[in-house]
Amino acid sequence: MQTLTSPQTPTLTHQKSAFLEVDNVSKVYSTLRGDYTVLDGVNLSVQEGEFVCVIGHSGCGKSTLLNMVAGFNQPTSGQVRLKGNKISRPGPDRMVVFQNYSLLPWKTAYENIYLAVNAVYPEKSKKEKIEIVREHLAMVGLEEAAHKKPGQLSGGMKQRVSIARALSIYPEILILDEPFGALDAITREELQDELVKIWEEHRITVMMITHDIDEALFLADRIVMMTNGPAAKIGEIMEVNFPHPRNRTQMMEDPEYYTLRNQALDFLFGRFAHHED
Amino acid sequence: MATRADISNFPATFLANIPTYFQKNARRLLAPVIALVVALALWQLFAQITQTLPGPIQVVQDTWDPLIINPFYVEGEDKGLGWQTLASLQRVAIGYSLAAVVGILVGVLIGAFPLLYEAVDPMFQVLRTVPPLAWLPIALAIFKNSGPAGIFIIFVTAIWPIVYNTAVGVQQMPQDYKNVAKVLRLSSREYFFDILLPSIVPYMFTGLKLGIGLAWLAIVAAEMLRGDTGIGFFIWNSYNSGAISEVILALIYIGIVGFLLDKLVGFLATLVSSDK
Repeated sequence: MQTLTSPQTPTLTHQKSAFLEVDNVSKVYSTLRGDYTVLDGVNLSVQEGEFVCVIGHSGCGKSTLLNMVAGFNQPTSGQVRLKGNKISRPGPDRMVVFQNYSLLPWKTAYENIYLAVNAVYPEKSKKEKIEIVREHLAMVGLEEAAHKKPGQLSGGMKQRVSIARALSIYPEILILDEPFGALDAITREELQDELVKIWEEHRITVMMITHDIDEALFLADRIVMMTNGPAAKIGEIMEVNFPHPRNRTQMMEDPEYYTLRNQALDFLFGRFAHHED
Repeated sequence: MATRADISNFPATFLANIPTYFQKNARRLLAPVIALVVALALWQLFAQITQTLPGPIQVVQDTWDPLIINPFYVEGEDKGLGWQTLASLQRVAIGYSLAAVVGILVGVLIGAFPLLYEAVDPMFQVLRTVPPLAWLPIALAIFKNSGPAGIFIIFVTAIWPIVYNTAVGVQQMPQDYKNVAKVLRLSSREYFFDILLPSIVPYMFTGLKLGIGLAWLAIVAAEMLRGDTGIGFFIWNSYNSGAISEVILALIYIGIVGFLLDKLVGFLATLVSSDK
């Protein structure tokens, strides 16, 4: 089985040079009623192989931050760098899993993934490309549904295809924009379990947006909590040191889990409660 | 329950089911028939009172032999309505195909570039209201020959809904698809064939369906001055020789063929967009 990046065993000599760097980034939108500052001086470093969740109330600019990492938006001031290179446009090295799946409805699950593999690795032989597609469909447990179109798939299956498509092009960093927000609670847990398993096997760098504290605690190594907008910034970064492989039941029994959970709740609903709605 | 035994007995069960089918759909089948009979009766009444038009009975009597019973007769210059219709269909096929190709290309362009859309929209809005007959002298002035002029009239009548619906399809394309294309850095060719074209297919076919209706509407205008074949020519020729019954029969032909063309394009659309 081919792996996404060679599975790293965490060592003490782990290099601390940042893989993804958000360097003093601000984003200001000009509107008719004057300038509107969404983000104000955001700094964040993400290490290679790290799983980072960004959490905050709606309107806190977390999507704006994510869009700048993906390259859909440019910062008004400051820079976002991946491996030292300034990010100026979207690219397959920063593949996005969108909240609404963004699958092409006229293509089957297989064809949706093949389109991505073929676009990013045109030099590979057809046989290799087919093999990559098959492998990633298997990774998310969708071999059976390979030749179904998105319209015939459930929400959870669609998001699985979308994750498989994102991983199939071996991105440097995987960007997840509230990927499970539209799913029911049971499906959401299933997908979280699968995502954490895939991450444990491949240790890919992940940046994910969510507004679900439990989801963030279960998946992330670090949780980045944003203050409320306008002019949002990073309020607090929380380390989540539960060992891998993670097990939901075990984590829930750990008192540390509730300490972290209360800390996050206090941040989001105490100090930075959202009063607009 | 559909079992194998049922299928082997198909002819028998099919025949046995016909009465129940009629019972179930009596209203749906009967209503149009009654409406038709009433319309024919009114027409007959109108014809008898005013003495201007032949009534339905008169039309059938006048055209029964050979026009109705043999659509494909040939007698020197005289040809059956089957041949005339085929000649017209061929002309429509050429004009409509040109309209489809040019219309889709122009639609994609003005859909993709807002400046272009704003530039040509007022002009197109005016041009698209010009009726087919009004194009006739212009077409003759350009082409000097009634053949290409007729095709031009069909083209210029059918193209507008194709242009506008395609453009709307491009404008309405979800941002999601564009984002996928951007992240994957699809080449222009991949973007066109894998994303843009499939996403506008439903809109395109709405335009193509409206277009085929208009193309067929334009056929009479397109063939009026042609001295050889076509259903439009047939109507004009029959009118000039005072055979109103033949004109009426031709109108019925035009109506039915137009209806079938519309169904055909609709059927093609369901074939292409069966992914939902």
